[in-house]
Amino acid sequence: MAAKVSSGGVQSKGSRALDKVLFVVLALGAVIMVFPLFYMIMCSFMTKNQILSADFSIIPNPWKGGMYSEVLHKGLFLSGIRNSLTVAVPVLLVGGFTSSLAAFSFAKLRFKGREQMFLALLATMMIPFAVVMIPQYVMFTKIGWTNSLLPLIVPGLFGNVSIIFFLRQNLSGIPNDMVDAAKIDGCSFFQIYYKVFLPMMKGALMTQIILWFMGIWNDYLAPTIFVQDEKWYTLQVVIRSFNDQYAVNSNYPLIMAASVIAMLPTLLLFFFFQRYIIESMALSGVKG
Amino acid sequence: MASTTTTTPAKTDKPRMSQMALQEQRWGRLFVAAPFVGFCLFSAFPIVFAFVASLSNWTGTNSVFANFCGLNNYIELFTDARFWKTVGTTIIYMTGIPIGMILGLLIATAMNRRIPGVKILRTMYYVPVISSLVAVAILWAWVFNYDFGLLNLIIKALTGAKGPNWLGDEAWIKVAMIIFMVWKGLGTSVILYLSGLQNIPRDYYEAATIDGATGWQAFKNITIPLVSPVTFYLLITGIIGGFQVFVEVSVMTTNGGINYSAATVVYYLWDKAFKHQQMGYGAAMAFILAIIIFIVTAINFKGQDKWVKTID
Repeated sequence: MAAKVSSGGVQSKGSRALDKVLFVVLALGAVIMVFPLFYMIMCSFMTKNQILSADFSIIPNPWKGGMYSEVLHKGLFLSGIRNSLTVAVPVLLVGGFTSSLAAFSFAKLRFKGREQMFLALLATMMIPFAVVMIPQYVMFTKIGWTNSLLPLIVPGLFGNVSIIFFLRQNLSGIPNDMVDAAKIDGCSFFQIYYKVFLPMMKGALMTQIILWFMGIWNDYLAPTIFVQDEKWYTLQVVIRSFNDQYAVNSNYPLIMAASVIAMLPTLLLFFFFQRYIIESMALSGVKG
Repeated sequence: MASTTTTTPAKTDKPRMSQMALQEQRWGRLFVAAPFVGFCLFSAFPIVFAFVASLSNWTGTNSVFANFCGLNNYIELFTDARFWKTVGTTIIYMTGIPIGMILGLLIATAMNRRIPGVKILRTMYYVPVISSLVAVAILWAWVFNYDFGLLNLIIKALTGAKGPNWLGDEAWIKVAMIIFMVWKGLGTSVILYLSGLQNIPRDYYEAATIDGATGWQAFKNITIPLVSPVTFYLLITGIIGGFQVFVEVSVMTTNGGINYSAATVVYYLWDKAFKHQQMGYGAAMAFILAIIIFIVTAINFKGQDKWVKTID
């Protein structure tokens, strides 16, 4: 089973046959992996009767697209999309800026307490959200934020520790001479960040922001705790409440249609930026 | 430092910073101010507050200090059968971690041969990872449906017998959750192992073949040790994440399943703190959880020298 052992000679015939078997097994596994998602899409086009029949069927008969327009006409669903975007846009813009600026500073500028501050930030990655969510909830209640999206937006504006960590690693390979050279050229420290280092980390930053968007879009625990009013539900909370609401009368086609739409943005982003996302995932795992 | 340009050695002895270095310090600190303030407001302060609150019969609306009860919450936790039950369930779910790692390594090893269409296959394995957890949990709750779910329909079509009541049985619900979690996370292990395998120099295997090693021996003695950093990473992140499972239980079960059989620690904590307003008790539970995570992670880091190898 060792990787790439066989590259010719006596073994190659048997090894080629093995490759074929492995390909079939892998392809079968891959089909099993995506099949539930495929089934989800199919269900969203089925009628309630078909979905509730005891016979096994995958292809909708007849095809019904009506659930999608029904979902897209529900005020709660639309406000869910709007709320999720209202959270994501300011967080990604401001948080992306504060994160990259901090990463530049931690990687390239010298100041007392730098390592200690960085370690303190890193330590927060180990703290379970469960520990801070109770006090945060009470904090947000006390200042009257639970009737808005602010509890989901404001913490993100201060930056994201894993992005700071990732970008700092990314910048550490660039020689410090770059800073000195820019200083001699009369650049201010902000200009060094903006003109020299930001362009250098642009690719990594974009990938991290895409991943962060997926995290915000798919987040459920924080919105479910901090947001009480239905009018501020984010999309994930909305589809969850659809599930509670429509499962009672078995309107699974509608639930599945809503879920498919909710998944679409992250899936599309993934397909467009696949190479960068996988690369960045692999990097964080191998470098640890 | 920038002050090294001064040629008079007598002055540099003093730890005074040059004008430039002082400026750099000021700007450097300003640039990290935002995350640091965020850290104080949303992590440091809440942690301290959570600890104080864990010593009180706090409901979230009464006074923390007036209802101070010392270590009572912690003592109560140790005799709370429901708490230990959820701890047990949380750990049972973690059997999904080694299952996912073994499957992931096998799949990645197979992919690392010259297999056509590896990129497409890799994507297919990875799609569940980036899918919305709520959406796929809703989907799988439907797949596990006793009467009309995809899984039982397939079982019936294949064997003629009716499949188990996945989400309605205390034991099967755990199996169902593990299946779901392995499916959701498998892509991560595949991708990380694949990139780990691609880093292993090919001549290692060539040398092993010349020495007469079988495929299995090469796998055991070369592949497994050299992907151990990935294994370590998956183990650490898997355990830290595994202790915090919540959404799966919340979406796929009603009130934690029959007899609370599917509930995890975080689910119980959420239940207590936000459904029953026992915030002090919830905070105590959160602290125990954090301590368990910290200890297990520390043990893992201590133990890593024994089995985690790197390619020199």
